[in-house]
Amino acid sequence: MRHKFEEDLKTLQELIIELAEKTKKAVIKSMDAFRAEDIEKALEVIDEDDRINKLEEEINELIVVIITRQQPVAVDLRRNLTAIKISHDLERVADYAVNIAKSTIRIRDRQENLPLENIEKMHELGIDMLSRAVDAYRSEDLHAAKEIAEIDDQVDDLYGETVKFLMNSIADSPDHVTNLMQMAFICRYLERIADYATNIAENIYYLVKGKHYFLNQ
Amino acid sequence: MTNTMIKEKNDLKEKIEEQSNFKTSIVYDTQNLSLWYGQDKALKDINLSIYENEVTAIIGPSGCGKSTYLKTLNRMVELVPTVRTEGSILYRDQNIFDKNYPVEELRTHVGMVFQKPNVFPKSIWENVAYGPKIQGIKDKKELNQIVEKSLKGAAIWEEVKDRIHENAFGLSGGQQQRLCIARCLAIEPDVILMDEPTSALDPISTLKVEELIHNLKKEFSIIIVTHNMQQAARVSDRTAFFLSGEVVEYSDTNKLFSTPKDKRTEDYITGRFG
Repeated sequence: MRHKFEEDLKTLQELIIELAEKTKKAVIKSMDAFRAEDIEKALEVIDEDDRINKLEEEINELIVVIITRQQPVAVDLRRNLTAIKISHDLERVADYAVNIAKSTIRIRDRQENLPLENIEKMHELGIDMLSRAVDAYRSEDLHAAKEIAEIDDQVDDLYGETVKFLMNSIADSPDHVTNLMQMAFICRYLERIADYATNIAENIYYLVKGKHYFLNQ
Repeated sequence: MTNTMIKEKNDLKEKIEEQSNFKTSIVYDTQNLSLWYGQDKALKDINLSIYENEVTAIIGPSGCGKSTYLKTLNRMVELVPTVRTEGSILYRDQNIFDKNYPVEELRTHVGMVFQKPNVFPKSIWENVAYGPKIQGIKDKKELNQIVEKSLKGAAIWEEVKDRIHENAFGLSGGQQQRLCIARCLAIEPDVILMDEPTSALDPISTLKVEELIHNLKKEFSIIIVTHNMQQAARVSDRTAFFLSGEVVEYSDTNKLFSTPKDKRTEDYITGRFG
């Protein structure tokens, strides 16, 4: 048995899970800020992103060391390759949390009749997908990974519906164009977060099966 | 289309088919081979095809039978008096275990390179010319040509051409091993068997031999037994994983090292064995 190698792989998995948790918290916090129109909180999200970027770097450095020193093959090589991809996907999700925070800062004097319920629903589904992605990654569970892709379809539908509503609102009340555009951006960020969660699910498939699967087609 | 044209077309088609068959033709076809050392069964029902102009790697833990299998391919294993075999090995469609099979001839077609370079205590030139001389070539000019061609083939000519008549023991380990390969090439073999050819060499010499193996497969079929899995992954087209005298898995090297089918192969190549 290769104890040091096993330890390194365990550390790698733990770091990915830590990154996933931090990213998820960033998304939740950005949406808390959005909901409460809390600019201070939004600024915190932007500030804290640096830690997430550093964690991704740390993961990449560990992978370089593992590949250099242990020369993994087969599933072990895929563990390292998927770790690179998943950590990159998570870092992108955290960037969308920053974008949501920035949009929150730009939205001023909210008008009535905004599709907040749909946005909340997209957020809820996105967080659920991220949580499931972490669990599926930890347990290398393909069934759980497949479910993530199914939820993504719901997010896509909500996104289409909400953006259409927002575009119509812009036509009806051009005075609110900035706010409505920022809302549409937030929808887009939430939809992308769900896509990245699906990417993670695809990577779990690759990790286990050694073949590429496209789950959201 | 005239009849002649149709015939020509068909002939051409056959020729192309023949050539494409030739490219993937089987050099060695091992069928249900079992081998015993006295009471101990060292090889169990091996079925394995070795293809022309490819490098075939055999990997597996110590005592798995990989060297035994290699030595069976030129019937060298019979030097052990208690050896008994069952099944057949077809070399170019002829069973090498047949009673009347000419073993000496087999060994002129199948060269072998060992773990430790086994140069003769003679000059570099004599080492390479030894085989052709035994085969009856006496003409000095012809021998000189063979020596030069073989040393070039083994990528050592440039290093030794100015001291060709010096004792081969003066060469480094890596050079000696390439000299052994040159000696092997001098008899113009069809197949080269290599039993851990780089395990006694430093990393630079190892790379040179690996590079050489890569070039040699254009003309020869090579079977290499190696303990070094990275080496098998680097140099071979196909890999066979042996375990306790059995072939657990035999497939395309890319496949075997990325997505092995058998759990035992996966455990071995990822170092989770035992």
